Amino acid sequence: MSEYKGVAVYCEAKNDKILPIAAEGLGIGRKLAESLGQELAAVIIGDKALAQQAIAAGADKAYVIEDAQLKEYQPDAYISALEKAIKQIQPQIVILGQTDSGRELVTRLAYRLNTAATLDCVDLAIDTGTKRLLQTKPVYGGNAQAVIITETDPQIVTIRTKAFAALTPDASRKGEVVSIPAGLDSSIIKAKIVNRVVEEVAGIKLEDARVVVAGGRGIGSADGFKQLDEMAKLLKGAVGASRPACDNNWISDTAQVGLTGKIIAPEVYIAVAISGSSQHMSGCSGAKTIVAVNKDKEANIFRHARYGVVGDWKKVLPAFVQKLKEL
Amino acid sequence: MNIIVCVKQVIDPEAPPASFKIDAATNKAEMKGAAPVIDPYGEYAVEAALKLKEARGGKITILTLGVNLLREVVKKPLAMGADELILLEDEIFTSGDNGSIANALALAIKKKGEYDLILCGREASDTNAGQTGPAIAELLGIPCIILARKIEPIDDKIKVERVNSLGYDVIESPLPAVVTVSNEVGQPRYPTIKGIMAAKKIEPIIWKAGDIGYETGISNKTKLQKLFQPVHEAKCEFAAGETPEEMAVNLALKLREAKIV
Ligand SMILES: Cc1cc2nc3c(=O)[nH]c(=O)nc-3n(C[C@H](O)[C@H](O)[C@H](O)COP(=O)(O)OP(=O)(O)OC[C@H]3O[C@@H](n4cnc5c(N)ncnc54)[C@H](O)[C@@H]3O)c2cc1C
Ligand SMILES: Nc1ncnc2c1ncn2[C@@H]1O[C@H](COP(=O)(O)O)[C@@H](O)[C@H]1O
Repeated sequence: MSEYKGVAVYCEAKNDKILPIAAEGLGIGRKLAESLGQELAAVIIGDKALAQQAIAAGADKAYVIEDAQLKEYQPDAYISALEKAIKQIQPQIVILGQTDSGRELVTRLAYRLNTAATLDCVDLAIDTGTKRLLQTKPVYGGNAQAVIITETDPQIVTIRTKAFAALTPDASRKGEVVSIPAGLDSSIIKAKIVNRVVEEVAGIKLEDARVVVAGGRGIGSADGFKQLDEMAKLLKGAVGASRPACDNNWISDTAQVGLTGKIIAPEVYIAVAISGSSQHMSGCSGAKTIVAVNKDKEANIFRHARYGVVGDWKKVLPAFVQKLKEL
Repeated sequence: MNIIVCVKQVIDPEAPPASFKIDAATNKAEMKGAAPVIDPYGEYAVEAALKLKEARGGKITILTLGVNLLREVVKKPLAMGADELILLEDEIFTSGDNGSIANALALAIKKKGEYDLILCGREASDTNAGQTGPAIAELLGIPCIILARKIEPIDDKIKVERVNSLGYDVIESPLPAVVTVSNEVGQPRYPTIKGIMAAKKIEPIIWKAGDIGYETGISNKTKLQKLFQPVHEAKCEFAAGETPEEMAVNLALKLREAKIV
């Protein structure tokens, strides 16, 4: 195992910028590298110009894989490129974001490297005795957390969005930039993305909203969601939903909050007619203040909420909105 | 089209969170007072298979690995319309890490031999891993597409709509392939009386380690060090009032006062 050394973070980028989750990965990566007394490397697929951003965010070294064939995201090609890079860098720990692509690449990458991955980690630390990585991830839909150790190297993880703090970027930081040839053979692309369809609704993005008004199964109809939409507009926020509300097509699938939807951390989360399943709470428990409206006093949501109203939302919401307008 | 669907038996993820308990000595979890169910995303995968069978014909084989499998639970996919059920029921399969489970499923798929498509759930409700589908694909050396909301065969290929955070990708892949299924594929159908009667007559096939050549299948790459329940102690302040309207007004006042909205 001794030939593996250091921490590597795969830095996903969009529109010439590394993603916030890449900076979060570098933030925790820095801590882990320091407690191991080792280096932090960034792995970038794309433009060399991204290297300095990764270095400013904490990396000692940036490895850049540049190849015309990697311009468009294709999972089969990206797995190959990352496999090659990791074999060259030989890090002890590899961190990716639990993003659309991170969750797609990571398990297969781990198999290619003859090791294992742990997905969606919310805490990472080095065991003081064994120096192995303690990987904490939610299981049982968020009802529990597991601490997992990988016995083989590299130890590969994905991290949950907003679970780790990024460092304040320091543009004066210096680091080495290393180019890695991808050497791809296009025949490795078997499953091919042929089109991308953007469905996301207009207005404030759910992930960026300060206030989120979310509706659940108890809303009962698409018309009900129109009322939530009005309330969200009044509060300059966005509308979210539980899975059943999306499954019933009362609102777009992209509005789903939870373990298998979006994980958000707004200032205020107003949950209307949502029971508060552990899977749903996984997506919104990072909210600063949770407000719940539910007709069932025993609903689990009230175990998470700071403020609550026990009552029928159809009666509560209009009066609430009216009063807010007056105030 | 020959479709293999991997479905797991799990503790009921929809039981109230208050009934969730962990036995610290064994690191095992249970839902007190709730019977086990089949894994919800596995059930979505069964639904996706049934849709394909309706459109194209074919045969659906269910693969379930576990111990203490309750027949009335694991037969649900048959009652929904699947044709065959193979149970990998041997303690040894669950004695290693999750990679051991993928190894056993892949070996069973190889033994089965004829397959065009392997479907898994996007993630099991207990592990929340989402790794078994991709792992099987790597072990069999075939393509993998995750988070499907729609699967459409075209000639000897498939076209899959893959959910992402902005909408979806359209992906084309040769067969055989592994596809993991998301809830956007559509609500799983309820078993009909006729389906339940038909399922009663189907005897599950049981394979032990020796039947699939599992000698070197156990993987111990990862180890569960600890399983615990996170504590959260929010104290809810309920808005006072005789009527819902009064409570709503009081909530608005309170939130304004605390500068929350
Ligand atoms: C692996 C896995 C992943 C999952 N991922 C997610 C996820 O990402 N997001 C998600 O949301 N779910 C997810 N789920 C589903 C989850 O388990 C629950 O089924 C779901 O969150 C329940 O949604 P709900 O609260 O809207 O519905 P319900 O649990 O049915 O609750 C409806 C609530 O509305 C209240 N109500 C009804 N009528 C009114 C009224 N008129 N006024 C006021 N209150 C009313 C009821 O009292 C009840 O509390 C997942 C499940 C699994 C197994
Ligand atoms: N023991 C098992 N038996 C059958 N299928 C399984 C088993 N474990 C996992 N799977 C399949 O793999 C999917 C993802 O599981 P996981 O990787 O544990 O999140 C599940 O939804 C099932 O389709």
